[in-house]
Amino acid sequence: MRIAIVTFPGSNCDYDCYRAVKDVLGAEATYVWHRDTDLGGADAVILPGGFSYGDYLRAGAIARSSPIMGAVQRFAAEGGPVLGICNGFQVLCEAGLLPGALIRNRTLKFRSMPVYLRVENASTPYTTRYSQGQLLRIPIAHGEGSYIADDATLDRLEAERRVVFRYVDADGAATDAANPNGSARNIAGIVNDGGNVLGMMPHPERAVEALLGSTDGLPLFESLIDHLAGATR
Amino acid sequence: MSEYQVEVRIMPRQGLLDPQGKAVENALRSLEFQGASGVRVGRLVRLRIAADSVDAARARADEMCRKLLANPVTEDYEVEVRG
Repeated sequence: MRIAIVTFPGSNCDYDCYRAVKDVLGAEATYVWHRDTDLGGADAVILPGGFSYGDYLRAGAIARSSPIMGAVQRFAAEGGPVLGICNGFQVLCEAGLLPGALIRNRTLKFRSMPVYLRVENASTPYTTRYSQGQLLRIPIAHGEGSYIADDATLDRLEAERRVVFRYVDADGAATDAANPNGSARNIAGIVNDGGNVLGMMPHPERAVEALLGSTDGLPLFESLIDHLAGATR
Repeated sequence: MSEYQVEVRIMPRQGLLDPQGKAVENALRSLEFQGASGVRVGRLVRLRIAADSVDAARARADEMCRKLLANPVTEDYEVEVRG
C-alpha cells in the first residue's frame, strides 16, 4: 500500500504529509514530482499544502495545469482516493475535481491557528475512524481559504452529505465567529460525488503527534489506510 | 496569419465580496479621498495571439480565459482584441 505525495514548486507541507504517512502510520510514502506524468502505481494521492507556483494568477491555478495533474485526474476518475490539503484543496477546485472555489479570507489576513472542526460525515473513506459530529482540534494556515460556490451547488453538497468538515466553536456550534475565513456555511472540507476526492483547508498532517499539540488528524489518515486495505483485500 | 494584441480584464464577479477592493476603499477613505466608493480590484492580462482573424483570436482568448486566466466561479472577464 503506497501513498504518493505530489510536490509542486512551492509546496511546503509535503514533508509533513510524508512524516504522517511513513513515520507515524508506518505506511509507504513516495514523493511524486509535478513534472512526472504517472503516479508510480500509488494507491492514494495527497496534494499537500504550500504555495504552488507562488500562488501566481490564483492559488492552485498554475499547479492545476502541471503534467502530473493529468494522472491525478485519471486516478480520481477511476475512484482512486485523492486528498487535497490547503493549497491541495485549491488545486482540486481549480482542476474541477471539486466544485466551488477558495478566495481571500474575509479578514484579508493570513490565519494560522488551531480551529475546531465538526465531522459532518463519518462514512467517507477519510472519516470512518471518527464518529459523526465529533469535534476536532486541527490547525489552519492560509490566506485564501474562504470557500464559495453558488447556492445550488451548496444545497447539493449539503443534500448529498458531501460537506465533511465544518468550522465550529468549542461547543460544536457553526457560528459566524467560529468561521476563520468567511467560508460559505462554515465549510472546511468537501468530497466529490464519488466520495473519493476530499479537499480541506485545515491541516490534519499537522495534528498527528502529541508533540504537535493534537492527534486529531491521525484518524483521517488511519481511515484512508483502512479504506485502502479494504479495497485491496 | 497575423498577430493580434489582446487584453483580458478579469474582475471579481459582481455581488461577490471583494475583500481586496474593500481594503483599498478603506485605505482611500483614511487618506481622506472623500466620495470614493465601489472600489473593486481585478487583473489585467496582455498577450499577443497569432490567428487568422480577429474573431479567431477572440475565440482563442476566450478559451484561455475559461481554462486558465479566469475562474468561472469567482470572476468575470472581458476580452479586447486589437488588429
